[in-house]
Amino acid sequence: MLKLLSALIVFGAWEIGGRIPVSYAFPTFIDSMAALARMTFDGSIFVAYAETLQPLVVGVLISAVVGIGLGLWIGLSKGFEWLFSPIFVVMQAAPLAALIPILVMVYGIGLTSKVFVVCIMAMPVIVLNTASAVRNTPASLKEMATSFLARDRDVLLKIILPAASPVIFSGLRLGVSAGFIGAILSELKITPTGVGDIITYSRSIADYPSMYAAIFSIILLAVIFLNLLEKLENVLFEGNNRGYAAD
Amino acid sequence: MQPIKSDTRRAVTETDSAVSVRNVSKVYGDVQALKDLSLEFPRGELTSLLGPSGCGKTTLLKIIAGLLEPTSGQIEVNGAKVTGPGPDRSFVFQDFALLPWASVIRNVAFGLELRGVAKSEREAIAEKYIREVGLAGFEKKFPHQLSGGMRQRVGLARALSVNAQVLLLDEPFSAVDEQTRRKFQEDLLELVKTEKKTFIFVTHSIEEAVYVSDQIAILLPRPSRVSEIIRPSSFRDKSVDNIRRDPEYLDIVDRIWASLRSYVE
Ligand SMILES: Nc1ncnc2c1ncn2[C@@H]1O[C@H](COP(=O)(O)OP(=O)(O)OP(=O)(O)O)[C@@H](O)[C@H]1O
Ligand SMILES: [Mg+2]
Repeated sequence: MLKLLSALIVFGAWEIGGRIPVSYAFPTFIDSMAALARMTFDGSIFVAYAETLQPLVVGVLISAVVGIGLGLWIGLSKGFEWLFSPIFVVMQAAPLAALIPILVMVYGIGLTSKVFVVCIMAMPVIVLNTASAVRNTPASLKEMATSFLARDRDVLLKIILPAASPVIFSGLRLGVSAGFIGAILSELKITPTGVGDIITYSRSIADYPSMYAAIFSIILLAVIFLNLLEKLENVLFEGNNRGYAAD
Repeated sequence: MQPIKSDTRRAVTETDSAVSVRNVSKVYGDVQALKDLSLEFPRGELTSLLGPSGCGKTTLLKIIAGLLEPTSGQIEVNGAKVTGPGPDRSFVFQDFALLPWASVIRNVAFGLELRGVAKSEREAIAEKYIREVGLAGFEKKFPHQLSGGMRQRVGLARALSVNAQVLLLDEPFSAVDEQTRRKFQEDLLELVKTEKKTFIFVTHSIEEAVYVSDQIAILLPRPSRVSEIIRPSSFRDKSVDNIRRDPEYLDIVDRIWASLRSYVE
């Protein structure tokens, strides 16, 4: 309900901003939605997403699987943090735009480069969150499990993972949003395809409603995706949304 | 383990120890927590470990549990050397150590879950112990919905449900108010009678130790050894209401206070 209200306020402000207008390049909300409707009906938005979603989905999946795996491994191993964490901290801080030419040089302008961009954006936060969540598993819970004869596998599956899951999932959410940015960025910087192409092209012909419609649609998609992720978390780790005992 | 009749109990237990601690030392870096400590825990009785803060009571309990390695010396449980945690011992943690994402019943059944007991069976056992500690009706609640004392009882039920012969309790009543504490102490006496298990009980409270124990081991400050073992004899079989008025009870409380006060000052 509150979410709906805040959306209404934002859209209202957008509409007003477009009507003043703040800039001749800033269309109204209604114009943008009309453009979105037009692109939906003529199917061009779906064609664009078929293109954009490829590196995004592939990159996010790789980042999630490899990122959580690496994070678990770094978090569980005693001696390797000093070796790996800095790599991901640097990756997280690196100016991506500067890396893109190198990627293009090595992997060309195809799917591979774009997947790389998505991974570079999405993976570090997933790895770092997972590793620190694993590391911060309450020692008393691990000790308790050990005293009740848990094997290493039980400790991992029944203590470490559930205890770390809220932070892992928040890393996933951040990683997925960063992956969306990476996907669009790669389409703007490498080759204009998919949604990035709509943005670039409509800007070049000054069709600002279409440009904003494309940007809006990707934000919408990201929000929907993040909500789905939250649902997944609630299904997988039912108890987490029940709050924590403060002891 | 055969049940021991209460009238013969004292005579039998002189020779029958459930747990033996032999010359155990523990060094943490440059801190010597335990030094050459030996102690016998008679089967079917409750032994309290009493001593000033930081003297190594938790350390000793964790060594007995197999959670910590002694630097030297060894522990025997039923004559077998301890090399790690085992099904013959279970631990009640001072900070409860409940799974916040699991319901009361899953927490209580967790030890059985780790042992691979089928779900329906372990929940039936868990329910029995939840009732026994007075938490019936709270099976589906989560730890954050319980008071400190209730959480402590969940930890106790979990330790009881695996049916270990030796129960290690680390200041199990520290989180509850005085009234609840007295209730717990009475319940504990009842448990010792009905469960016929060996209880090793860490406490800060002299009165509590004297009230619930068959044997009280007083530990010296670091590096700690056993300075004195006291076995109350006359009031243990009296009804719970009369213990606190028993002359021997009052006498022992005074004696322990006299020997511990020098370390507090
Ligand atoms: N993991 C550890 N590393 C280093 N020193 C430790 C560790 N655990 C305990 N110690 C030290 O060993 C000593 C005994 O600790 P322990 O926790 O066993 O005391 P305790 O008798 O249980 O105290 P309290 O009554 O306050 O709970 C303390 O001086 C403590 O500083
Ligand atoms: Mg302690």
